[in-house]
Amino acid sequence: MKINRTNKLLAGLTVATLVLIVKLFVIQIVDDRYKTDASNNSMVHAVIYPTRGIIYDRNGKILVGNRVAYDMLVTPKEVEAFDTLALCEILEITPEFLRGKMQEYHRDRKKIGYRSVVMLTHLPPEIFMKFAEVSYKFPGFRGQARSIRDYPYNAGGNLLGYISEVSADDIKRNPDVYKPGDYIGKTGIEATCEQYLKGEKGYNIYLRNSHNRIESRYKDGEMDKEAIPGKDIVTTIDAELQHYGQQLMQNKVGSLVAIEPSTGEILTLVSSPGIDVDILADIGKHYNEIASDPYRPMFNRAVQSAYPPGSVFKLVNGLIGLQEGVFTPETEYPCHMGYHFGRNKLGCHAHRSPLDLEESIMMSCNAYYCYVFRGILENGRYNSIGEAMDRWNEYVRSFGFGRKLGSDFPSELGGTIPDSKYYDSVYGDGAWRATTVISLSIGQGEIGCTPLHLANLCATMANRGFYYIPHLIRGTENVSIDPKYYERQYTMVDTSYFPVMVEGMYRAVNSGYGSGGTATVAAVKGLDICGKTGTAQNPRGDDNSVFICFAPKDDPKIAVAAYVEHGSFGARWAAPIASLLVEKYLNGEIGKDRKALEQRVLEGNLMDKVKPE
Amino acid sequence: MNRYNGRGLIETVDWKLVICYLVLIIIGWVNIYASIHSSEPSSIFDPAFRSGKQFIWILTSLGLAGLILFVLNPRIYESLSLPIYLATIAMLVAVIFFGTEVKGSRSWFSFGPVSFQPAEISKIATSLMLAAVMSQSGYRLAKFRDFMLTAAIILVPMAIIVAQSETGSALVYVGFVFMLYREGLSGWLLFMIGMAITLFITTLTASSYTSVLILAAVVTICNALYSGKFKAWLMTYLPAFILLGFLPFLHERLAAITGDPEAFILKIKPIYILGAAALVLIPFYALRAFRTGSSFKWVSIAAFIAGVLFIFSVDFLFHDVLQDHQRKRIEVLLGLKDDPTGVGYNVNQSMIAIGSGGLAGKGFLKGTQTTYGFVPEQSTDFIFCTIGEEWGFIGAAVTIILYVFLIWRIIIDAEHSREAFTRIYGYCTASCIFMHLFINIGMTIGIMPVIGIPLPFISYGGSSLWTFTIMLFIFIALVRNERKYF
Repeated sequence: MKINRTNKLLAGLTVATLVLIVKLFVIQIVDDRYKTDASNNSMVHAVIYPTRGIIYDRNGKILVGNRVAYDMLVTPKEVEAFDTLALCEILEITPEFLRGKMQEYHRDRKKIGYRSVVMLTHLPPEIFMKFAEVSYKFPGFRGQARSIRDYPYNAGGNLLGYISEVSADDIKRNPDVYKPGDYIGKTGIEATCEQYLKGEKGYNIYLRNSHNRIESRYKDGEMDKEAIPGKDIVTTIDAELQHYGQQLMQNKVGSLVAIEPSTGEILTLVSSPGIDVDILADIGKHYNEIASDPYRPMFNRAVQSAYPPGSVFKLVNGLIGLQEGVFTPETEYPCHMGYHFGRNKLGCHAHRSPLDLEESIMMSCNAYYCYVFRGILENGRYNSIGEAMDRWNEYVRSFGFGRKLGSDFPSELGGTIPDSKYYDSVYGDGAWRATTVISLSIGQGEIGCTPLHLANLCATMANRGFYYIPHLIRGTENVSIDPKYYERQYTMVDTSYFPVMVEGMYRAVNSGYGSGGTATVAAVKGLDICGKTGTAQNPRGDDNSVFICFAPKDDPKIAVAAYVEHGSFGARWAAPIASLLVEKYLNGEIGKDRKALEQRVLEGNLMDKVKPE
Repeated sequence: MNRYNGRGLIETVDWKLVICYLVLIIIGWVNIYASIHSSEPSSIFDPAFRSGKQFIWILTSLGLAGLILFVLNPRIYESLSLPIYLATIAMLVAVIFFGTEVKGSRSWFSFGPVSFQPAEISKIATSLMLAAVMSQSGYRLAKFRDFMLTAAIILVPMAIIVAQSETGSALVYVGFVFMLYREGLSGWLLFMIGMAITLFITTLTASSYTSVLILAAVVTICNALYSGKFKAWLMTYLPAFILLGFLPFLHERLAAITGDPEAFILKIKPIYILGAAALVLIPFYALRAFRTGSSFKWVSIAAFIAGVLFIFSVDFLFHDVLQDHQRKRIEVLLGLKDDPTGVGYNVNQSMIAIGSGGLAGKGFLKGTQTTYGFVPEQSTDFIFCTIGEEWGFIGAAVTIILYVFLIWRIIIDAEHSREAFTRIYGYCTASCIFMHLFINIGMTIGIMPVIGIPLPFISYGGSSLWTFTIMLFIFIALVRNERKYF
């Protein structure tokens, strides 16, 4: 072969290749430092899990904290003969369980190799300490501390949500963040605030020898990475009030929502029946039981259930009528046990006649709002009833109905408010009249709204014309919330029309027994509660009991909506519940004169009226 | 049938290259899948993962390869090389201003989910440009004008890429000296480049004193060999250099003996003695050079002075010009510092992964080291770890041999070519692939610094796969075009 330049280059290429291959040969076959021994690798990375952020209530009380529990890990390759019964006694498990596990590990021994697998989770520290004392007798078994969720208050199970092991989908979505065995918030605040709560994992690096024993820290821990704890979340919930609300709603199906009108912060949000916090901590064990419960405790009725609002909706129709100029607060309408049209009648209860606007709210007259609503739909300003209907729809939407309010609940439902298109499709184009849809006037028919919508309406009344979008998470240094939560949302009705409605709400509660006011049961001395009852027809049984109220009248601190399924009249269950919640919040305790009422509510059981789905 | 198109497909395409290419991309694809494999197995085609995306890149690359082989006329490259080159330079400059920043360097254009690195394309553009310029009749590398033009073609994109802080990609351009050597570049220049690298390393690992000593030794050896006085050199110079080599140790002992850190004798550093010697000897040599009239001696003196300047500027460059992360990488590689911030951690992890593979490897998808995520950039720059861990020494060596076969075959084809354009372009391609191969694999097994450049055809990433596919298939098309008619 000639020694020309090409051959020199080819020789150089060969030399370079030999350098690479010799070095490979050294590290893969000759050098023990890199050579595979039984343990595959001389370094062990022990993952340090960060503590998850704490969830506080509005007053700094811990709603969700952390406590230590232990996972029992087994490294099957290291297990030697041991006293099965002794271990079972310590760990409080049955010998069958342990034997089953050991057989399973033996079967999967190829797959497991030298890894450790989790045998038991959530061991309380007491049990683990007992094990730790004698752990030398059980080679191959070891405990790993893990921080799990702890709930000091039995409050807000549905709001807080739970955490559980990440699913394959979670890993697929964020492969850099989650590894199998990590925990992730699945529902509620744990899910919506996952990015803040989760923190960042760290690791310790250890060296191990060829017998797979850990010998020392790698470089004295210089290369270790510390875990970064998750950030804390402050919710707007009042833990005490939430707890009390849950007690009031126990053994009833429905929702109770309280909002601070001046901020839109949700003070209490109860969906009954709900999830007990004890179950949340160890959701894995109880999941099937919860999922098969006919009362569906996982279902958050307060934001996911659309109900007809009933007479509470008269407030909205009244305000729209005033804004549209179809009547004035002084206008009086007659009521003869209802509103008669053609051969039909929309019934009403016995009260004096005629009434003006304030009295119509106070006594919740149905006929009055049939007149008002007819006025709205048959307004000469619009070319057709359809156009008037769509205008009405726009007004109603400006109160937040018929759409998602934009709260920080991921599962919030929008509800429904009908428009002309809807009725055209039901009855045929233009083949419907005001009287066809007259039940909308009193909040029946094709209206669906959530208890959160109603609480928001109540906050709007309390603020005399605007609301803040209800929300559950408070912005702090660590956690920023959408600026929309700080903005006033005005309705399309001028704020000057609100005071007269509020006056009606005030008289409904505070006119004294026998005056005709529908909600006198809700009156609390000195609190100036303003409220409006509702009784919504329920095709599946007794009417639903509805009540919204806020207090005090001139400086509202709390706005509440209570919705009790099968609770009959608004004044029967919803009004006592809502007013007790207001009293508890503003006075801190229930007055002597209302103890009997509280007793009746706490003991009331409507569960047998409810036919589970 | 093919009377007008020359010989047919089967005889003209170099199928050995094509098959080698296909095997390499499949090795890459399978190992990308293995490197992202977790305990939740997914399909290798799942486009949510890198293996699925790579599959798409592979399909598009094959499309490009087909386009280059069967559709485009290979004649266009020679005439288009200048516009392509200029456009690439423009893009390289533009990316500094408009590019997206990735890991501290601004070298990527991104359009939504797709991003590409102009530095990759510039390898092709530079190769085409070199081939076009150097294949012109009348071109001679030894001519000053031609040499400077060639140097400029290489150095301009290289400088811009360094300005993007992509020093690693710029290093690939050094590979063009192999092509230049083939085309008649003086062997001395190659020798000088090698010398410069040696001095660079000794300056950083040992001291400038040692480097100057080595430089002096090499220069005098060359002189002695040239004038046939090697024995005399062994008798006189060698003992002198050995003595001088012990000077620093002597100096250190002296400090211990005197016990006075301010003593006058300690202020005379070894380097001053060397300086004094040089001041006396250089004029003496100059005089001898003048007397004998030997130009070689003049060149030696000039080379020595240039070398000393180089050594001191390296010292300065390293401590004052290089960016922190670059300095750390070099320090770790040379074992200067015991890795305070974990740059060597990557290399260590990567070597453990490869080392743990042993002779036959742990088997497909059985690697623990790479799949646990301890090796960084597992599917891109450190993909060789997965090969080494799961397929062992056998798999790793076979992969390397495949590359060598590919490079070897390109060189042979280039040599057989009758057109200078094809030959020069082939050498450029071979050089680029070799540089990537050596730097990348060298990095994962700890004989090169951590320089983030991909392993051709194997690393995950569309930019790199496309570039090397286009580069290789332009060559295959050029060769085929010649074979059609000869």
